[in-house]
Amino acid sequence: MLTTFRIRRFNPEAESPQPYFQDYRLVTERSDTVLDALIRIRETVDESLTLRCSCRGAICGSCGMRINGHAALACKTKVASMAAPDETIHVEPMNNMPVIKDLVTDMAGFWEKIRQVQPWLQPAGPAPEGEYLAPPEAMNHLTGVMHCIMCGACVSDCAALEVNPDFVGPAALAKAYRFVADPRDGNSSSRLRELNDPGGMWDCTRCMECIEVCPKGVGAMDRIMALRAKGIEYGVPSTSGSRHTEAFADIIEQKGRLDEPMLAVRTFGLANLRQMFSFLPMILRALPRRKLPKSGPLFRPIPGIDRIRRLFQRAKEPR
Amino acid sequence: MATAYEYDVLVMGAGLAGLRAALAAHQTGATVAVITKVHPVRSHSNAAQGGINAALTDRGDKWEEHAFETVKGSDYLGDQDAVEILAQEAGQDILALEHMGVIFNRNEEGRLGTRRFGGQKRARTFFVSDFTGQALLHVLYEQAMKARLPVFEEWFVTSLVKDDQGRCGGVLAFEIRSGRMAMFKAKAVVIAAGGLGRVFEPSTNALICTGDGIAIAYRGGAPLMDMEMVQYHPTTLRGKGLLLSEAARGEGAHLLNSEGERFMEQYAPNMMELASRDVVSRAEQIEINEGRGINGCVLLDCRHLGKTLIRERLSQILEEAKSFANVDLTEEPVPVCPGMHYMMGGVKTDVEGRCWDLAGGWQGVPGLFAAGEAACLSLHGGNRLGANSLLDTVVFGRRAGRCAGEYAETQPQPRIGDGVVKDGENALKEVLARPETGDTVARIRHEMGCAMTEGFGVFRDEEGMGLAQQTVGSLRERWNRVAIHDKGQVFNTSLVRALELDFMLDCAETIALGALTRTESRGAHFRTDCLDRDDDHWLKHILIHYRPDGPPQLDFLPVRITRWEPQVRVY
Repeated sequence: MLTTFRIRRFNPEAESPQPYFQDYRLVTERSDTVLDALIRIRETVDESLTLRCSCRGAICGSCGMRINGHAALACKTKVASMAAPDETIHVEPMNNMPVIKDLVTDMAGFWEKIRQVQPWLQPAGPAPEGEYLAPPEAMNHLTGVMHCIMCGACVSDCAALEVNPDFVGPAALAKAYRFVADPRDGNSSSRLRELNDPGGMWDCTRCMECIEVCPKGVGAMDRIMALRAKGIEYGVPSTSGSRHTEAFADIIEQKGRLDEPMLAVRTFGLANLRQMFSFLPMILRALPRRKLPKSGPLFRPIPGIDRIRRLFQRAKEPR
Repeated sequence: MATAYEYDVLVMGAGLAGLRAALAAHQTGATVAVITKVHPVRSHSNAAQGGINAALTDRGDKWEEHAFETVKGSDYLGDQDAVEILAQEAGQDILALEHMGVIFNRNEEGRLGTRRFGGQKRARTFFVSDFTGQALLHVLYEQAMKARLPVFEEWFVTSLVKDDQGRCGGVLAFEIRSGRMAMFKAKAVVIAAGGLGRVFEPSTNALICTGDGIAIAYRGGAPLMDMEMVQYHPTTLRGKGLLLSEAARGEGAHLLNSEGERFMEQYAPNMMELASRDVVSRAEQIEINEGRGINGCVLLDCRHLGKTLIRERLSQILEEAKSFANVDLTEEPVPVCPGMHYMMGGVKTDVEGRCWDLAGGWQGVPGLFAAGEAACLSLHGGNRLGANSLLDTVVFGRRAGRCAGEYAETQPQPRIGDGVVKDGENALKEVLARPETGDTVARIRHEMGCAMTEGFGVFRDEEGMGLAQQTVGSLRERWNRVAIHDKGQVFNTSLVRALELDFMLDCAETIALGALTRTESRGAHFRTDCLDRDDDHWLKHILIHYRPDGPPQLDFLPVRITRWEPQVRVY
């Protein structure tokens, strides 16, 4: 079938370097991946088309790029799954990192953030003579995160990173989880304390994009949620993030639906006067339109709240 | 102004052997840097799926058994002193990896679990699901980050530089991102830049496996050994040649021909599918050649293993078969064929990774070390056992790194002539300035790959090998004239691929020369015109020396036998 590849190109050595799109029309086979097609373009049409690629089998993580708007590994993406015959496939470099040339991005910042979580095992004492004893389930569980090949797809498409460059990001947090969940690591408490700081585990906005685009099923966002739960379990100092989580669950358990003003008060604290005053204009606009929700004692539990509370109790029981 | 970098030890390559060597050298107190053409975690060590061998005595295993099976697997071409070290030190290195954080699979007691692998009677392969190489590589990179080792990522090494005494004094390299050339001075250089799979088409190897380290050492004066020994893996996907791990057969998968027979019964009645790789690959090729294949393939059948086991222990290849062959392993068998996989030969080293002989028994380059697939001890001889390559990288990577660190301590800073960087820059300029001929690097590479597969495949003969050798010779002529279209300085991957092809052609020439010289069948080198192993004449290694102004020079070294005299090899 005939497919058009619309590739975002950038030559930093051009007279006035500007990104632009270039179209290549190519006959593709059913079995072709996007990487096969790009290599064919490079080998037979335009040698200057620049990309990173190596293993062709989704294990080295070199060929991360955006294909039809979402980050993916080119070697794992079938042409046929992205476009019907005569349709166009858009190929662009990954987002949230600077472009060096064509589809090649600068991943220095990505690795800087990985290093930020001190990504190496930190056992509590000296190593045993033999191997560490560890439950097989715990090790099997870790293989899920160890599948991460550091391709950068999750970071490319992370919505939180796009507006908050200080966010450590999904890849680094998944890596951090790999150590927090490792029974051999003795440093979970201080790891979680660091992740509790601004830019850490509470900055994820749960858009799920990292789960969606990960070519290895690492499920970064789920790992971030698991880190938050561990943080609360370990008693890290409360943050607006952790208080929001706890207050949210608590209110639902008590009332069966969300008491929004109460959630805001409990998340930020009544004593946080600046934050409380910042709500004033909104309250003043909402009042005349009768849109100010009831709160506190005026906000009654829903009928059948007992059943909701029973659900909470069951969820809290040890499995 | 050209920048100069100076270290005690410079490691070229950042896969398992390179990182292990760098960490070991670092522990001796030497200043160490790693230089690599891709980021460390992009290295091809990732692709090792099945596991890593070790005979742990507390599990009732014996290192002697592991060593003997390695020697037998090598078809008695492996040097037994090196094999003994490998088998004896395997246990300590597995434990060291575990302590660094590798999440090896556990048994019910929480201790390290094992699976079976080819050519071995006992289950002694430790593993992480079926992505063991990746799991090891990422952990070694964690350790490199912890030790704050400087890593020059995406730097392409163009040549070895020697001092006025003929000792190794560093390398010349350019930064791919800027095109900037620089001299890296070092008292010791460790070549750990991996294999040369792309010399063949198809190959299981990644696109970066272009024999750079092997060719650089060769041109720098270090001899190559056992280059005729090219491993064909029995279970690769047709077409691009992607690998399906031996772990599948280790867990009990069967090989079937078009008539549904487990044909290995005919070829290896005891070990069946778990005979040595050369034996299984030949058996498959015979089945295919005699008309009992299916579109040039036989079938790998995992169905009887059950969905749970496949999902837990073979998840990677389950996904791979789905993505790349559109087969659900739990429901149907997948077509596979032998595919080029590994280079047993490489830069000749002693058991400390030195590319020169202290006793003067063979000529090499003082100050140069090698480890991993780029090196040849010879450990794997005529055929490598599955799960011995990862072990090779950590045991001999560690030894090479430590020895390089200790050696560097005894050496003065090398004195390197001033014009080196300028000469290197001019060589690149020459390549970039070539006028258009209509020929391309990609075309030459493809023709070389096909010729090598045709001439140096599972079955070889004088005529076919001679033809392939001639083709490679004419492709060398074409390389000397081929133009590069991209003239830029920044991330010029066209230039990188042209230089890689230059290295690959050197490798191809030495493979051809070695294979034509060895007039017997041994291990992976099977000649239909010399069917038998000939221990009287060929219980020796072929060494190839580069000569800048003439054909390569051949040399021979006897196989080192410690305790296992050659026997008839039956599985």
